[in-house]
Amino acid sequence: MSWLTQTLSSSIGKKLIVALTGLFLCTFLIVHAVGNLQLFKSDEGLAFNMYTVFMTTNPLIKTISYGLYAFILIHAFYGFYLAYVNRKARGTTNYARINNQSSWSSRNMAVLGTVLLVFIIVHMSEFWYEYKFGHLPYKSYTIDLAQGTVVNTENMPADFVLNSKMEEKLNDDNTTKTIIVKDLYVEAQEAFSNPLLVLFYVLGMVAVSLHLIHGFRSAMQTLGANHPKYNPLFDFVGVWLFAILIPVAFAAMPIYFFVQHLMQ
Amino acid sequence: MSAGNMSLTLKVWRQKNGKSEGNFETYSLDGISPDMSFLEMFDVLNEKLVSENKEPIAFDHDCREGICGTCSMYINGRPHGPLKGVTTCQLHMRSFQDGDTIVVEPWRAAAFPVVKDLVVDRTSFDRIISAGGFVSINTGNARDANSLPIPKESADEAFMSAACIGCGACVAACKNSSAMLFTSAKVSQLSLLPQGQAERKIRAEKMVAQMDSEGFGACTNTGACSAECPKEISLDNIARLNREYLGSKITSSLV
Ligand code: SF4
Ligand code: FES
Repeated sequence: MSWLTQTLSSSIGKKLIVALTGLFLCTFLIVHAVGNLQLFKSDEGLAFNMYTVFMTTNPLIKTISYGLYAFILIHAFYGFYLAYVNRKARGTTNYARINNQSSWSSRNMAVLGTVLLVFIIVHMSEFWYEYKFGHLPYKSYTIDLAQGTVVNTENMPADFVLNSKMEEKLNDDNTTKTIIVKDLYVEAQEAFSNPLLVLFYVLGMVAVSLHLIHGFRSAMQTLGANHPKYNPLFDFVGVWLFAILIPVAFAAMPIYFFVQHLMQ
Repeated sequence: MSAGNMSLTLKVWRQKNGKSEGNFETYSLDGISPDMSFLEMFDVLNEKLVSENKEPIAFDHDCREGICGTCSMYINGRPHGPLKGVTTCQLHMRSFQDGDTIVVEPWRAAAFPVVKDLVVDRTSFDRIISAGGFVSINTGNARDANSLPIPKESADEAFMSAACIGCGACVAACKNSSAMLFTSAKVSQLSLLPQGQAERKIRAEKMVAQMDSEGFGACTNTGACSAECPKEISLDNIARLNREYLGSKITSSLV
């Protein structure tokens, strides 16, 4: 065995893999959350739909997203594998009484991870699969070039298809342009009118919060990053950014659409 | 040992040997003084068992002053019982209430097989030490202390890691039966001092390899170890071991 495979198959090496892939997934969450904030724009989904086109056509982003899928699988595989090894290390007899002096989330990372894996599968089949392979309606936006505002929108007929994800053309009046895009926004609107799905998403975000409140700090510790100068920063980022801000921002999206739906 | 008036119910794990199935036996005990140590209470119980012609309970103990690390007992769900920073031998019956039921189990980990009753085999720790937890010095007389200046801060930090008594409570407390706190303390105490530098890289690599091959689990940073450690060894040691190990794997000349 070469030194590298030996390192990566040691207990610390496996943890390193879980930590690095986990931190990558953490940075992805930031990007995903910031991008999705465009759902809150009241432009009938134009910004969000164009953002979706960008995310699915830009070659760099596309490459990173394949890396992302791989990292999710590697993170999950090593996580479950370590959970199995660790269970075996416990031996065959269980304690009759346990009064464990550690946090609940730190002891249940595999359970939370399983919840998140289910969440990711549902989430991707709901949106990613629909966008890529399903039949999404198209929507056309007419935009005033001087003001940059949407002056008119039109839902394209159900059988309308474009060869590309987006078409942009200058109108004859030379003061407006028309953009036709796949309407993922309406898909989100429709999906989140279902209270069960909203609940599922909110619970998913609770799992994200619990997974990351331990996960981020734990990943830093595995990398050996533990220093009195920086620990307060790690704690702050782990708690406020990853366990509170990001899950709350994500959970707000389905709730926003659901409230919108109720008010219609 | 003054006679006292505490009455207790003890549920103690009894196991003939490593191969047999174990089970809990329940004993009632009267006349326990709150000033007795937990082990002295066990002595009283054992004397009673002997006088009844029964097999006394096997448990490890040696110094009874918190330094040898042998008195491994998992008491009411916690290694070394309810107090922080205290070994079983230094735990006193005043930490319990008259009439309490106390559950006592051996350390449970695949790498610590039960020998008998509450005694477990912790030679896996010895093998981790033998793998690298030392400095090789072909020495004659002790050299003059002033010829190797060590800043007080370094000495203090190394001493805090060296306070580990190898009791195994960290493994017993850990849901993964990980020996990272123990191994990291042993790697740290040497890597923080000039004497430990020569073998620093190989030490980290070999001790971790031995730790893995003994069947201890992988650390998931739950922190239960440090919370239960009678010497309150800090989790900083584990971060240091991660740095030492990964750093030496990347830079050492061992291919
Ligand atoms: S680190 Fe603490 S709990 Fe673990 S063996 Fe050393 S003294 Fe015991
Ligand atoms: S008997 Fe030595 S530490 Fe308890």
